[in-house]
Amino acid sequence: MNDGAADPHGHEHPKHELSNYAKRIYAIRDLLCEKGILNEKDIQRQIAYQEARSPANGATLVARAWVDGAFKARLVADPKAACAEMGLDVASINEFVVLENSEKVRHMVVCTLCSCYPRPILGRPPDWYKSFNYRQRAVNDPRGVMREFGLDLADNVEVRVHDSTADIRYLVLPLRPKGTEKLSEKELAQLVTRDSLIGVMDPLSTLPNS
Amino acid sequence: MPRGHHDIGGLPGGGPIDQTEHVLSDWEILADAVNQALGEKGIKRTDEMRRAREEMDSEVYRSLTYYERWIASMETILIEKKILTRQEIDSKLAEFEKKWGEP
Amino acid sequence: MGRAVSPGGARFKPGDCVRVRNDDRPGHIRTPYYIRGKVGRVERVYGEFLNPESLAFGGDGLPVRALYLVAFNQGDVWGAAQGPKDKVLVDIYEHWLDAEK
Repeated sequence: MNDGAADPHGHEHPKHELSNYAKRIYAIRDLLCEKGILNEKDIQRQIAYQEARSPANGATLVARAWVDGAFKARLVADPKAACAEMGLDVASINEFVVLENSEKVRHMVVCTLCSCYPRPILGRPPDWYKSFNYRQRAVNDPRGVMREFGLDLADNVEVRVHDSTADIRYLVLPLRPKGTEKLSEKELAQLVTRDSLIGVMDPLSTLPNS
Repeated sequence: MPRGHHDIGGLPGGGPIDQTEHVLSDWEILADAVNQALGEKGIKRTDEMRRAREEMDSEVYRSLTYYERWIASMETILIEKKILTRQEIDSKLAEFEKKWGEP
Repeated sequence: MGRAVSPGGARFKPGDCVRVRNDDRPGHIRTPYYIRGKVGRVERVYGEFLNPESLAFGGDGLPVRALYLVAFNQGDVWGAAQGPKDKVLVDIYEHWLDAEK
């Protein structure tokens, strides 16, 4: 019986202190493995798959798009192909749409019905994205949400909130901040926060720790 | 049909967005991985899991954490598909609890 | 998986005005409550997809349904808009849409 010796290295609680459902996943996992429906390799592979995905992937795409106009056009026209160009594995994403921000337009992404998110690119969504408050307010109070993240837009900017109700997964292509002409592509990627890829804020305008 | 407890876009009373993030616990990482593995093998579909969450008791839905809801819906679907039974899960859990010690 | 819409397969095209149906049936529905009965404009045709309403109950998801990106003025959805051009955009399956003049 696997008591967790090969378990992931997350935050460890003594198991007898876990909630009812938290405990049950261990029982479910063991039974599925005993019955040959899953094996440990399958599970470890999924853990590794998730660990390999992070907002850094999105930042890489955006930074390249900022410095290379032709790549940007390819990214918007066929995001999966553009990801493949950059060596990002997006085989498991069905449909992927890139939403390009501009001075006049900002996009924001939510899944009001559950928590759909472009996991194959960005990894797991942040807790706040999955929260009831975000799911409720993103569609009828997007500017209020953006203000909480530090973004205050003029009335004449068009705010477009996408509710991911089907298989399409959305990634925001933020606007390149002014005054970043001298930054390298790698430095530009540091400006692209996860939250700017969801659209609740603009990217950073100066390098972190600068 | 009353509005589903999951169908919350635009409902009034939404509060400030709590931006604190928690490091995932072992059990959450495991729930995530088992869920993805079952999907990859075609044993269950995401649509089925969503439906199971929608069919939950509403108070339970609101009271469970995100991954607890995943585990609950995973259990529902695995039982529905006759892959596991509730009794098997309960028995296995009881074995574990003996090993883990009483709270 | 999205497939290209078969010839003559999509009722609507970009620019069409559509109204979201108010169907009140049970099951696994991916048309949010807040958008039902509202009028918007088709922006994109995403292709044909298996129907989640069937998949959710172990069905085969057939027949496939055309999926549209439909844009709604915030003012039309909520009665008020924070910014006059602001929109909410929802991915909606064809069987939830009717033509609107």
